[in-house]
Amino acid sequence: MNRRLLPLALWFLALAACIAVIAQTRFVADLTAFMPRAPNARQQMLIEQLRDGIIARLIMVGIEGGDAAERARLSRELAARLRTDPAFIGVQNGEAATEARDRAYFFDNRYLLSPAVTAERFSAEGLQGAIERSLEALSGNAGLMLKKLLPHDPTGETLSLLEQFSGDNHPRQLEGAWASRDGTRALLLIQTGAEGSDTDAQARALDSIRSAFAHIPGRAADTRLLMSGTSVMSVASRERIQGDIHRLALFSTVLVIGLLLTIYRSPRLLILGLLPVASGVLAGVSAVSLSFGNIHGLTLAFGSTLIGESVDYSIYLFIQRAAGIEARRFWRTMGLGVLCSLAGFSVLLVSGFPGLAQLGVYSIAGLIAAALTARYVLPGLMPQQLKLRDLAGPARQVDRAFRFARHLRPLLLVAVVSAGVWVAWQGDAIWNRQLNALSPVTPAEQALDLSLRNEMGAPDMRYIAALAAPDSETALQAAEALGAVLQAQVAAGKLAGFTSPAQFLPSQQVQAARRAALPDEATLRARLAKALRDQPIQPARLEGFITDVQNTRQHALLTRKDLAGTSAALGVDSLLVQRAHDVLVLVPLRAPAGQELIDIPALDAAIHAAGLKEVTVLDILEESTSLFSSYLNEAKLLVGGGMLVIFLLLLFALRSLPRALRATAPLACAVIGVTAGLLLCGITLTILHLIGLLLVVAIGRNYTLFFDAGSHTGNPAQQRQVQISIVVANLTAVGSFGVLALSEVPVLSYLGSTVGPGTFLALVSAAILASKAPADAHAD
Amino acid sequence: MIKPEFRHILAALLTGLLAANSLAADWQINTLMQQLALSKSGHASFVEKKYIGIVDKPVVSSGELFFTAPDKLEKRTLKPRAESLVLDGQRLTIDRPDKARLSLNLQDYPEAAAFVESIRGTLAGDKSALEKVYRLTLNGTQEKWQLILLPKYSRMSDLVSRIVVNGTQGEIRRIDFDLPDGDRSEMLVTKVAAQ
Repeated sequence: MNRRLLPLALWFLALAACIAVIAQTRFVADLTAFMPRAPNARQQMLIEQLRDGIIARLIMVGIEGGDAAERARLSRELAARLRTDPAFIGVQNGEAATEARDRAYFFDNRYLLSPAVTAERFSAEGLQGAIERSLEALSGNAGLMLKKLLPHDPTGETLSLLEQFSGDNHPRQLEGAWASRDGTRALLLIQTGAEGSDTDAQARALDSIRSAFAHIPGRAADTRLLMSGTSVMSVASRERIQGDIHRLALFSTVLVIGLLLTIYRSPRLLILGLLPVASGVLAGVSAVSLSFGNIHGLTLAFGSTLIGESVDYSIYLFIQRAAGIEARRFWRTMGLGVLCSLAGFSVLLVSGFPGLAQLGVYSIAGLIAAALTARYVLPGLMPQQLKLRDLAGPARQVDRAFRFARHLRPLLLVAVVSAGVWVAWQGDAIWNRQLNALSPVTPAEQALDLSLRNEMGAPDMRYIAALAAPDSETALQAAEALGAVLQAQVAAGKLAGFTSPAQFLPSQQVQAARRAALPDEATLRARLAKALRDQPIQPARLEGFITDVQNTRQHALLTRKDLAGTSAALGVDSLLVQRAHDVLVLVPLRAPAGQELIDIPALDAAIHAAGLKEVTVLDILEESTSLFSSYLNEAKLLVGGGMLVIFLLLLFALRSLPRALRATAPLACAVIGVTAGLLLCGITLTILHLIGLLLVVAIGRNYTLFFDAGSHTGNPAQQRQVQISIVVANLTAVGSFGVLALSEVPVLSYLGSTVGPGTFLALVSAAILASKAPADAHAD
Repeated sequence: MIKPEFRHILAALLTGLLAANSLAADWQINTLMQQLALSKSGHASFVEKKYIGIVDKPVVSSGELFFTAPDKLEKRTLKPRAESLVLDGQRLTIDRPDKARLSLNLQDYPEAAAFVESIRGTLAGDKSALEKVYRLTLNGTQEKWQLILLPKYSRMSDLVSRIVVNGTQGEIRRIDFDLPDGDRSEMLVTKVAAQ
């Protein structure tokens, strides 16, 4: 009695523990899980920052339809509504009010902001030189515009600080609001208060924008709202993933239950048969939750793959035990099968993809739990005398089909060899190295994002110089030191320009130094009089200059607060990032005109020569592409290794090279066949396809093992039962993975379209390649 | 205080006069435009004097102008500071030594476009381009004509109140820009060669 109750009690305890863990689990569905993790922690941090930080809080909005005036009105109305909503900390649409505030900020604070302000510039000689240059500038084409600045700014500080931003792109103005280049869209740039990683808050923010737009009075029906940005994509993919999870879970559950009911014709056996699956899912979710702190929606969606695998255990158990196959033999074969599966899945654990590692933990924990449940719990619960529906009829048909299949052996060999040659001949072209191949973002969404981004003139953020400092003052000082090096590179033509937070808000230290360089009124008057002695301009005309300089001397230094309402606020917030323990400075770099690339090693050398060791220069595109490529290579190694481990396990268990080879030959056929099939459909292979091939091997070897085991039983009736159990198990696997192939999320559909057909091919090949069955010899 | 009102009255008077005049002048403008359009390219030197209120003496610059029909205009300032302005189609490019090249699409800067169009449109004899932003009046004779361009829209008239082009036959001799604040610039043009 105890021997039956103890496993049950342990099982209940374990399930209760799992449920307790799951109740605490956070479910996430962001985009990053299936993007590779960078090998270097600092690079990883930066890439995450770019992906999840301030950039992820920007929403680009386009308004289409109506005429230009109507679009501009909608843009202003929408902006006005969103500005009263605390969920948004910045709304820019090129309105005159913001532009005026921008101009006022830069003009009023020019003596604190201009890099040209030094004590020398405010000596009599410095003033004379600066004023001479300003007068000279009047002779140029812009002279009649510049002259307006002269009475207040004779030294040309406004110009020298604006020059820092030359090369920055801004959307064009149309009817008093930003518009796309062709004028058919009004544009807005919105910054949310919530973190980019807070997908719930982002979803609410997007809803607020939609509803604000929908409620603008007098809006023409043909006007439309377009939105893009990281948060828009995250929200859309999460919805897609969640929808998929529900659909997939429902489909595969219905499928498996239907199949099992058809075969067992017994609700009790059905429920018992699902016990290993349910235990596996619970164990898998709690194991992932314990080791990662959260579980990704996609991992859950893989639950159906686990169903496909673990439901097999009860199928084999019920059908084969009903046929009276000896328990010890059966468990040995199944144990070997589980070991092979574990070997396959454990490869995922070392993957550089956080999402795949989760999947590995989920599958391993789930399979172990399902196998233990099948081994120790099910036998105690199942009826002593299994009364299965008589499967002899279908079993005979299957047997006939399998016997016929053996005649196809030459055909299979020819097909596999030619497919293998064809795949090998294509060489490297079979791999998909595109970065966004795994992204759940649709091509239409990507195209909209690209077009809005271009029209917005948003920096493409490809090249970034980054550094971290303990607080914002030291961060700004470091940014200024970096800016000096970068400015030299700009002067040398190595860079077109850069955008540093210190250009909008210099450090207190630098501001204080600039303020200290400004002379008091009497001194300034005296020096100005001297400077203007030979100039065609009367000191009396420059009273505004003297007043402004004195104002700056008496005013407090600038802080982040002074930026409120300007577009510079967004610049500072996105480039000076407050983190938990430090402040990150991001300085986007612009490649020289007519050139797309920046010579990073040279730039690194210049920066390090200046003693700035903490600065990292990143090429985000190159970084991600090379990462992706290296992970494809890693996956090739891992998958190859996994397959080798499975082969060695088989070799060890079967203790015979020919038998091991015979057991793996169908798997090789399946792998080659499904690869050729995918390529024929015009699909190039991603990491997920590779993982799928590994799963084909891990799942498919069950069939070959039982075939092998079956071929050594002497009883044809038993062998037919083995065969039918394999077919049923295969149908569940093909079904549950086939459902996955219908998913809109590439990660899932890639796996499904590899594993579904692959497992089916594995079974067919196993049947074709099965050694002359004793069923022939002992024909009944 | 009287000044703005006075200007309003003057503007109203001018507009009335122009309206009365326009019927008679229309064919003359057309003739002038056809004559201007005849020269497909031109090369001239210029001297520009800017009279700016707060500067005691005129700011003088000089250089060369190149025009190639229909829409390429280059203004190469040589003194006192080199600067090249090239207008090609909708693209305006400004080059100054030691400064990054400035390249603008005129569609994005309607005011700048109107400004340069006044010169290019006159050189090209492109009446419809000029009339998009200016009201045109022609005075004088064929030997000594004067074309007056008045901005139609306030965004433009805030920048320039009047442009006067003087010339003889199909040649431009002088261009004056009057600014709303009373400052002005005059550009004397001397033909160097023409095909």
